[in-house]
Amino acid sequence: MIRVVLPAHLRALAHVNGEVRLDVDGPATQRAVLDVLEARYPMLVGTMRDQSTKQRRPFVRFYACQEDLSHEPPDDPLPDAVAKGTEPYLVIGAMAGG
Amino acid sequence: MTGVRVLVGTRKGAFVLTSDGARERWDVDGPHFPGWEIYHVAGSPAEPDRLYASQSSGWFGQLIQRSDDGGKTWEPMGNQFTYDGEPGTHQWYDGTPHPWEFARVWHLEPSPGDPDTVYAGVEDAALFRSTDGAQTWQELPGLRTHGSGPSWQPGAGGMCLHTILLDLSDPARMYAAISAAGAFRSDDAGTTWRPINRGLQSEGIPDPDAEVGHCVHRIAMHPSRPEVLFMQKHWDVMRSDDAGESWHEISGNLPTDFGFPIAVHAHEPDTVYVVPITSDSHHFVMDGKLRVYRSRTGGNEWEALTSGLPQQDCYVNVLRDAMAVDSLDSCGLYVGTTGGQVYASPDAGDSWAPIVRDLPAVLSVEVQTLS
Repeated sequence: MIRVVLPAHLRALAHVNGEVRLDVDGPATQRAVLDVLEARYPMLVGTMRDQSTKQRRPFVRFYACQEDLSHEPPDDPLPDAVAKGTEPYLVIGAMAGG
Repeated sequence: MTGVRVLVGTRKGAFVLTSDGARERWDVDGPHFPGWEIYHVAGSPAEPDRLYASQSSGWFGQLIQRSDDGGKTWEPMGNQFTYDGEPGTHQWYDGTPHPWEFARVWHLEPSPGDPDTVYAGVEDAALFRSTDGAQTWQELPGLRTHGSGPSWQPGAGGMCLHTILLDLSDPARMYAAISAAGAFRSDDAGTTWRPINRGLQSEGIPDPDAEVGHCVHRIAMHPSRPEVLFMQKHWDVMRSDDAGESWHEISGNLPTDFGFPIAVHAHEPDTVYVVPITSDSHHFVMDGKLRVYRSRTGGNEWEALTSGLPQQDCYVNVLRDAMAVDSLDSCGLYVGTTGGQVYASPDAGDSWAPIVRDLPAVLSVEVQTLS
């Protein structure tokens, strides 16, 4: 079980409160987590990554275990603590604007 | 009982304002989609409780929302806007070729006869259509792939397709306008397009009467006289009497002819409204006064409408999609400002009162006349 924390706008869009808990078959990677997340909440498709290229949107970041995973290859394994559900996978709306 | 429903898109959410035919007391519902930019909300003429909303965010991209109960509840619909084929390039600000990139939906235009058909004008400029109630979107590529496309350049607000006009007397005829490419017309239901910019003079481009490159801000039409078009250009208020084949200036005695919105009275095809602002470098109304200007002669002779509108210390703008008319017997007129006010006039502009004063900056105002 993987825990995902969404930013407030996406929680509202998906009608969820608090963390989302996902069962991911196979290796726990960023791509696998986001695929499962989008399959369960189709209204999130396109809000975190481009629908066609699957590239991360510029002002969306992915954090876990005090690390910025945004630039890591999407098929790399997530940290064990995320894969085991000890630590959440964080989807962040980047600080931007002024 | 008749009434009106005013659909307001703002920088931070959507609002639905409703009133009876008197248009004196209002119910304010919202914000819907709080925190998101709502560029446009539009209702289906064929099924008035069917609404479409363009919801977007610099962080999370584009969503399309649909309501089937007049805005009480909403459901996200399809949000994949993929250009047809190889997108190609247009001109970038520095003159270099730049790939067409989807940014957002500026304008939604529901079909007059089919609640499931709706057109979307997007940035980077292209026209999309859905025929399944916004679940899926297909581009009508003939506009973007017009031979002049590679020379189009974005205006300061982005290269947006912001105006879509459907000719109710001829389903094959439609118009689109793009900043800063100009106006275009299709006579085959959107399959092919050609520029209709003859007569426009734009001093800000190298060739002032070029075929394309004009920064058209908005076009309006009265449904009973679809060959007559009114245009608010970057500078100049223009009119065409031949479906856009040629244009002539009707700025007349306006104190400034820079502005964004333009609208036509619901029952008087020669009564036209604009909201002039100071200049291209001062995007606020002149002299601290919010004045809607009305021409009852199809242009050239304009009168300032001020009763009930702020006449001192006012420095707002009214954006291109933020003026609308209802079709009650006494035509109502509505403007939304960048200061967050929505003003209503139940008597064609003679007198005004605020519906709300403190919304986020208003991006769009549409009105539905309900029976």
